Amino acid sequence: MTDSLRGTTAVVGVAESQLGLVGPGLSPLDLMGQASHAALAEAGLTTRDVDGLFTASSVYPAAGLDTAEYLGIQPRYIDGTVIGGSSFVSHVLHAAAALRSGLCDVALVTYASNQRSNVGKLVARTQLNAYEAPYGPRFPVSMYALAAARHMHEFGTTREQLADVAVAAREWARLNPKAFSRDPLTRDDVINARMVSSPLTVRDCCLVTDGGGAVVLTRAERARDLPRPPVYLLGAGEATDHATISQMPDLTTTSAVQSSRRAYDMAGLSASDIDVVQLYDAFTINPILFLEDLGFCAKGEGGAFVADGRIAPGGVLPVNTNGGGLSYCHPGMYGILLIIEAVRQLRGECGERQVPGARTALTHGNGGVLSSQVTAIFGTEATV
Amino acid sequence: MNSPHHQYLAGLQQGELRYQRCSACAQAQFYPRVLCKHCGSADLAWLTSSGDGVVYSVTWLYAKDTPASNIALVDVVDGFRMMSTVTGVQTEAPLIGRAVRAVIADDAVLRFELVAP
Repeated sequence: MTDSLRGTTAVVGVAESQLGLVGPGLSPLDLMGQASHAALAEAGLTTRDVDGLFTASSVYPAAGLDTAEYLGIQPRYIDGTVIGGSSFVSHVLHAAAALRSGLCDVALVTYASNQRSNVGKLVARTQLNAYEAPYGPRFPVSMYALAAARHMHEFGTTREQLADVAVAAREWARLNPKAFSRDPLTRDDVINARMVSSPLTVRDCCLVTDGGGAVVLTRAERARDLPRPPVYLLGAGEATDHATISQMPDLTTTSAVQSSRRAYDMAGLSASDIDVVQLYDAFTINPILFLEDLGFCAKGEGGAFVADGRIAPGGVLPVNTNGGGLSYCHPGMYGILLIIEAVRQLRGECGERQVPGARTALTHGNGGVLSSQVTAIFGTEATV
Repeated sequence: MNSPHHQYLAGLQQGELRYQRCSACAQAQFYPRVLCKHCGSADLAWLTSSGDGVVYSVTWLYAKDTPASNIALVDVVDGFRMMSTVTGVQTEAPLIGRAVRAVIADDAVLRFELVAP
């Protein structure tokens, strides 16, 4: 076994860019600049301190270069891993390894998109696999719909239970001033919304917004000298088992089983030790699958687990406390925002939506069509 | 070396659903590749499937001004899964678990139809 990364690095600064619908002409690089400046300022650092850059993009194929140039930095370590919306959770793991080995000293993870103000629809990989393209599935919603339909068939998961995921997200969003959608939302509103790809209606689908964020990490010993309470990376793991939905071995079980086992093993924790959970909720089926695969409930019981407000404010497990991709913000790739909310919860900065006394937070990123699964577990000083 | 995708398309042109079986591990694979996704061997044989299968999952796509259409994943009895569509069924008819059979039309697109129970 190699030395564990557990507790050796920490998040020292986080920030969002402008979110929602940003001003006309603002580019993803402008938004990454906003978020990076603010996250570094929180850490008492500037772009002059950054020597490790971790970024991914839907619009810049060599995002590491574009981002470094825009920020005016010459990093000695660049990681431009692009594995969909989970990329930034993966970047945190990669950054921890690079920091630990001395390949960089200050790691900046950043992402942004102007997809809403620029084109008004999801910017994502649209090059379909040649064996799926003739049938015209709508990427990515049809792929998630296939998983939802199979989960309903195998386990009796109901349309109402899917809707309750969106309702819970909205109830959290109503406590978050930065959330994009804060109007009341009922189970019937979700079920009776326009059907897109059955069983998923438009209210089962994430938002299409502008937005982005930045996360700054250093080694733990330096983190303790910086302004904010360090939020330590306790464990992380990644996994993948397909890129194309017809190649996914079992549409009701994701490789979050493997990614979370790796993360829990590194952290020395299990699901029952986690105080607050941030899951990549591109569609309402996602949290159901992930709560099962991450060990919060048994396979097939995810529908019952999320029903009737159990993951909403005041429920049994606080999930997606910012309002998630469903109601807070979804700028094409959402993973960076999972980390930001986890860090703020562990610092106790979340106001009305704060989970009292949260000491451990799990973030779970998803990429592609349930293709990439990346889990990261963070903790306060007391957990190290 | 012939392109695996071209060999597949040539099969459709002749009304055949072609797939590969690994000579080393005996497992089927679809879509075709130059090596086995199960064991890594490059010793692959091309076979023609019966086209019999069972619907694994299905979604109906809704768009303005066009009838709903379905996207299905079908488990073919030869040991692989593929995306396709099921023809001749009513919108939102329950399809998961139903027996289907491949039909390759003149447009060289493979679709499935229900096998009468």
